[in-house]
Amino acid sequence: MKEITLTYYDGSHRQVVIEDIEVPYPEGRLIVSRTDRKGIITHCNQSFVDMSGYSEQELIGQPHSILRHPDMPRAAFKDLWDTLEQGKRWQGYVKNLRKDGKYYWVYATAIPNIRNGKTVGYTSVRRKPSRKNVEACIPLYAEMLQKERVAV
Amino acid sequence: MSYVMTVSPDFPPNYLAGWYIFNTWLQRQLDLPIHLELYDSFAAQREAIANDEIDLIYANPYDASMLVREKEFSAIAAPHNRADEAIIATASGSEIQEIADLQEGTRIVHTDDPDVNMIGMIMLEPADLNTSNTSDETVDSYPLVAKKLLQGEADVGFFLDEAYETLSCLTKDRLRVLIRSEIFVIKHVLLAGSKLQEHKSRLEQVLLEMADNNKGRGVLESMGFQGWEKQTQEDTEFMIDLMDTLVV
Ligand SMILES: Cc1cc2nc3c(=O)[nH]c(=O)nc-3n(C[C@H](O)[C@H](O)[C@H](O)COP(=O)(O)O)c2cc1C
Repeated sequence: MKEITLTYYDGSHRQVVIEDIEVPYPEGRLIVSRTDRKGIITHCNQSFVDMSGYSEQELIGQPHSILRHPDMPRAAFKDLWDTLEQGKRWQGYVKNLRKDGKYYWVYATAIPNIRNGKTVGYTSVRRKPSRKNVEACIPLYAEMLQKERVAV
Repeated sequence: MSYVMTVSPDFPPNYLAGWYIFNTWLQRQLDLPIHLELYDSFAAQREAIANDEIDLIYANPYDASMLVREKEFSAIAAPHNRADEAIIATASGSEIQEIADLQEGTRIVHTDDPDVNMIGMIMLEPADLNTSNTSDETVDSYPLVAKKLLQGEADVGFFLDEAYETLSCLTKDRLRVLIRSEIFVIKHVLLAGSKLQEHKSRLEQVLLEMADNNKGRGVLESMGFQGWEKQTQEDTEFMIDLMDTLVV
């Protein structure tokens, strides 16, 4: 176990405890959440609750970055937000942090929720990722993270 | 002039009579002429939708997006307690023990049921399988999917879970379930087109009250349903958003 300070996009900080143990993705399930236009969680399904380790009450109203793992490069989320704000679909592999400090990999698809021509929020649906693609992401994300650290 | 109702072609064949009974019941309740038109395939049904021939449809979730977003159908109700879940099965003697054992070139057998096929392919992704590195065959019914597996003509088959459960015990004994989806929110919904809008609230009311009396319960039973539950437009929009994240 180690303690790490996460710095968010808006400059705020959060202390997180991480433990290098992967929790396997549950078979046959989809992990679903919805956010408002700012990325605040407005809805999540039972699989989301189960995998994150938080209760539903703890999740609703929180920013989605509550799941942010320190191994994830900021550029991945910038790409997610840029893509969604253009009204397009984003897909990618994400390493998420659980409340207990363990992690889980997902293959996520996020889309804007459009009602009467306006974006009212976003939906993200995660599925079990291909192991091969996750293994390919690990060095790639590490490299991206390294570059981001140097830039700071 | 009569309104036209249709049913997603993937309903279990033993409930065919039930849908006709439901149509008779519904006409009496609403005092409206409704004609039930059934199609053999999703393709034929989509063509009728495209030609604006349909006013009321018990729709497959895969088609709900097109119906709501392009054809301005709106949500009425969904059957109580019934989500569309998919099963991937193999012959019981097969060497395949789990999804991860599947290799490129896997032979898939399935029906033309679009949401089951979509969920099935998603459940194969963790094994790095997709339409370009597998082969597939479409057959007319779930018993035929089972038959192909038993004959060794395919490695895995996609089933709607309800259809799998209605296979004979003899067949099920010779099959093995590799994975079963637990998605809960992808389900068939009853949608009404623009011509029925003025009757929409009455339609909703008679359906929601259907399980409250003996006659209604009998009709529900003949369709294999426990009852209808309210499906708001936003419930349907949410499901469509979810489907949009899954459809390639
Ligand atoms: C629909 C949606 C789903 C998201 N899902 C996740 C997620 O599962 N894990 C995660 O770390 N960030 C997720 N994000 C991104 C977060 O909002 C945030 O950008 C990210 O955690 C990085 O934090 P930061 O932008 O404050 O640096 C999601 C955003 C949206 C709009």
